[in-house]
Amino acid sequence: MNEQFTLITGRTPEQGQGLHEGKDSEAYRRATALVEMNPEDMAHLGIEEGQVVRVRTVTGQVEVPVCAGTLPPGLLFIPMGPAANVLIGTETESTGMPPFKGLAAEVEPT
Amino acid sequence: MSPRMSAIRVIENVVCSFCGCLCDDIVVEVDDGRITRVRKVCANGRGLFTHYDPAPRRPTVDGREVAWEEAVAEAAQILDRADSPLIYGLSSTATEAQRKAVALADKLGAMIDTTSSVCHGPTSLAMQAVGEPTCTLGEVRNRADLLLFWGCNPAVSHIRHFARYSVTPKGTLTPKGRRDRTVVVVDVRPTASTRAADLFLQVQPGADFEVLATLRALLQGAEIEAETVGGVPTAQLQDLVERMRTCRFGVAFMGMGLTQSRGRDLNVSELFTLVAELNQYARFCVIPMRGHGNVAGADQVLTWQSGYPFAVSFARGYPRYGPGEFSTVDVLARGEADAALILASDPVAHFPSAAARQLEHIPTIVLDPMPTLTAQVARVVFPTACYGVDAAGTAYRMDGVPIRLRPVLPPARPTDVDVLERIIEAVTVGN
Amino acid sequence: MLGILNGQVYDPLNGVDGEKRDIWIRDGRIVAPEEVECKGAEIVDATGLVVMPGGVDIHSHVVGAKVNAGRKFRPEDHRDHARARTSFSRSGSGYTVPTTHLTGYLYTEMGYTTVMEAATAPLVARHTHEELEDTPMLDMGAFITMGNNHFIMNCIRDGQPGKARDYVAWLLGATKGYAIKIVNPGGVENWKWGRNVGELDDEVIGFGVTPRQIITTLAWVNDELGLPHVPHIHGINLGQSGNARTTVETIEALEGRRAHFCHLQFLSYGGEPGKLPRSGAAGVARAVNEHPNVTVDVGQVVFGEATTMTSDGPLQYRLHQLTGHKWLNDDVEGETGGGVVPVLYKRQNLFNAMQWITGLELFLLVDDPWRVFLTTDHPNAGPFVHYPHVIQLLMDRDYRAEALEGIPPRARKGALLAELDREYSLYEIAIITRAGTARALGLKNKGHLGAGADADVTIYTPLDDREEMFARPRYVLKDGEIVVHDGQLVRERPGRTLYVAPPYDPGIEADLRAHFEACYTISFDNYPVAAEYLPRGEMIPCG
Repeated sequence: MNEQFTLITGRTPEQGQGLHEGKDSEAYRRATALVEMNPEDMAHLGIEEGQVVRVRTVTGQVEVPVCAGTLPPGLLFIPMGPAANVLIGTETESTGMPPFKGLAAEVEPT
Repeated sequence: MSPRMSAIRVIENVVCSFCGCLCDDIVVEVDDGRITRVRKVCANGRGLFTHYDPAPRRPTVDGREVAWEEAVAEAAQILDRADSPLIYGLSSTATEAQRKAVALADKLGAMIDTTSSVCHGPTSLAMQAVGEPTCTLGEVRNRADLLLFWGCNPAVSHIRHFARYSVTPKGTLTPKGRRDRTVVVVDVRPTASTRAADLFLQVQPGADFEVLATLRALLQGAEIEAETVGGVPTAQLQDLVERMRTCRFGVAFMGMGLTQSRGRDLNVSELFTLVAELNQYARFCVIPMRGHGNVAGADQVLTWQSGYPFAVSFARGYPRYGPGEFSTVDVLARGEADAALILASDPVAHFPSAAARQLEHIPTIVLDPMPTLTAQVARVVFPTACYGVDAAGTAYRMDGVPIRLRPVLPPARPTDVDVLERIIEAVTVGN
Repeated sequence: MLGILNGQVYDPLNGVDGEKRDIWIRDGRIVAPEEVECKGAEIVDATGLVVMPGGVDIHSHVVGAKVNAGRKFRPEDHRDHARARTSFSRSGSGYTVPTTHLTGYLYTEMGYTTVMEAATAPLVARHTHEELEDTPMLDMGAFITMGNNHFIMNCIRDGQPGKARDYVAWLLGATKGYAIKIVNPGGVENWKWGRNVGELDDEVIGFGVTPRQIITTLAWVNDELGLPHVPHIHGINLGQSGNARTTVETIEALEGRRAHFCHLQFLSYGGEPGKLPRSGAAGVARAVNEHPNVTVDVGQVVFGEATTMTSDGPLQYRLHQLTGHKWLNDDVEGETGGGVVPVLYKRQNLFNAMQWITGLELFLLVDDPWRVFLTTDHPNAGPFVHYPHVIQLLMDRDYRAEALEGIPPRARKGALLAELDREYSLYEIAIITRAGTARALGLKNKGHLGAGADADVTIYTPLDDREEMFARPRYVLKDGEIVVHDGQLVRERPGRTLYVAPPYDPGIEADLRAHFEACYTISFDNYPVAAEYLPRGEMIPCG
């Protein structure tokens, strides 16, 4: 079952503080390898907290655990970092800025 | 009392160089050459003082530890051989190193770009299109009675911003601090920052431009028939316009919710234009929330040496400006750089993978105090001193106020300024 | 030892008016004839050439926060004005707002060796000094804006001028500045309330003081401290019709105290407020002539592109509304403000044409060349690279008459300029571009070629085309080294930063700590600019 979402990426406290532990640290990996979802969307897709899902964009796909977040329905959030990078394309529309926010994405349970 | 005990030094008014707030009231205790206690620092900045290991480390070439001279020679050779070298980063180091980096780019005929291109590059483009009415953070503290945070989350990214500069501090015209201010947050979702707000406007992702254009229209007296715009009730927008129009001194803070969303620089232009127009009614300013500790300084240095704030090429011997052309994600994605020098930043951790991967395919040189993901793929790595911890220098706060960084630890490592100077001397291109 | 032989020397501070002289240089200084050792000396044959001290610019915006903001937001200014690097010099770009290295090269290639940055906000003085380190060739100092400073206004309100004096001394030392700058006193503070001042006795909101009190207090402080320069004043109502009246009132308000009035052209308009102005140069020049305590620079408009930048925040907002051009504003906590707006001065625009006339009339109506100086208030009235053009307008009345023909008849109708046939001599040009400015700045080693002076020398080929003559010096020497040959840079070398450090009562620091705690967002201890930012500083003595 596939469902259309909008993906945004950004900072989190854990990601910011995980930086200091070193980017090969477990703390940083844990902080950046996750996707936040609206709880109703999770229920709709039958996804449990902590369950690993596949998130796919036109650029790539990653498998990350889900956690319920305070997001409106239809929105996904992944902290900036290696997992998010796989999903983001390099089209900058002549600005230099890749599309870090507002990507079309699909989620499916693995 | 042992001699070691007597060696504890308490250093006050230390500057934390982690983010664009550059809080300069940190208290650091140093005992026997190690930082033992840090006070007043936030959770983001603390690690800069407590997790950084200042012990000298040797540079590496292909993962092999070598002497500094050998690493410099290798770096110079890489740059000399390159037809189209790229210098990138600059945001987590002092202006003294940034000045050298631009000098090196000039000498090499290289492209040079900063992390601005993936944070507030669109903000620069907006400023170039429509201008920017701004002020320093002290004006916010002393005067602002209306604060608008748009697409930013300071409670997470700039943790002490609310307390030191914007929401709660008491100032000359704001003696009651928080109670003298109205705080409005605009975002696509509730965040830690929206909890501090009097008003939260939740916009649909990608609808910022629409909402900003509507605010401009309402300010000019237009009647809007639609009940909601971009997910926000029109009545709520009308209410916001009234508050903005009738405040004493309003300040908008904006972040990557605008620069990284659909519209990018156009979103920012629309906000800057709204702020300019509000000055017909009230005083209103805007301050971009700059992320890295000295990314604002990188804009400044590149501008005073080349004329342009980011995405510059010296390939023709003189500076040319090309967002989309000389900006690093574009350059890497198109495979246009044949060598890279990365200064104080970590593109492998923060670039789209297709761009980041390119750094594995070309010879890459890294200068950084921290073990970064980019360093893991680099040919040459220089573990340099950390600005504001064991190296002195200058950093520019998000509002353009330059602050002196005084090291709290005795220098044990070479600085990036030292290394860049030696590379500039060693490269033969441009002699 | 280097000798410049047989030149026609114009050295007004030593009374030399085109006589044939030899100039000898050792270790970067001019030496007296009795110390000359010709043997083995490098010789520059100046036979048939004009020799002057290096140019000294008393007012130009070339480094610091506001200038760099102007650079950043005007990529369109730089694109067609780039210079490639050479084996000894850096690349750069920019026409009205050139990059730091290019600024050093362009001034030097025009024969200028000393330039004063006209406005630095104290809080961002460190930025100015960082850019000065990256501005080669020139000796430079920075004026520090104080006309809207909260601490000073509090001292005035509380009747404590002595405390204001100590504060000013501390502030100049803390910013490594050179002089007191006053910009629209009180008006910039009122702009933070969306207002301005219009009269010398208007009130500054929240302080209960007036522009008059700010100016007279700082003029008194300047004399008390014995600063080498005088208060450098940009008065109220800049750019507005009818401001000649308040400018004359400001000159009179000084009651004989010394001051410099900058870019006076912008402050010498007749007519009614809100209507198209006419030149008010005659009345203002008369006031200048009658007040020997006053020096001025003109801020001559040059038709073409310019970038206006000033601490006068309300002015820049007005200009933005008037032109619709993009607008930068920067309010600086407790100290000052500022703005940047690009403009295009058009010959066919009545207002711009009148500004052009007003500037030239001031040059020609102020009798004493020692008190009127050449500037374009770069880049406000035009880029400094056009100084040679202005020199030609001043030296050649036929050329000037021809230029006047080119502007709209409505603008020149009744203009005094048509009747002014004064022509500046080379001696007078030497005064308004170096000797007079150096003297007004209190720079004893600049602007002349007497023994002990800094060996900054410009050598021109005499030409009837004065613009060409002054645009391409045959040689420029800085500290005794040849740095320009035939109008081209041949060597890069660093310049020095000129600053003052007047003594003050350290007792003031306790008050300042409290003030910083209450009002600033940076700690008192982190505020001062330390000596490390001036690797080549030269302290100019006070008193």
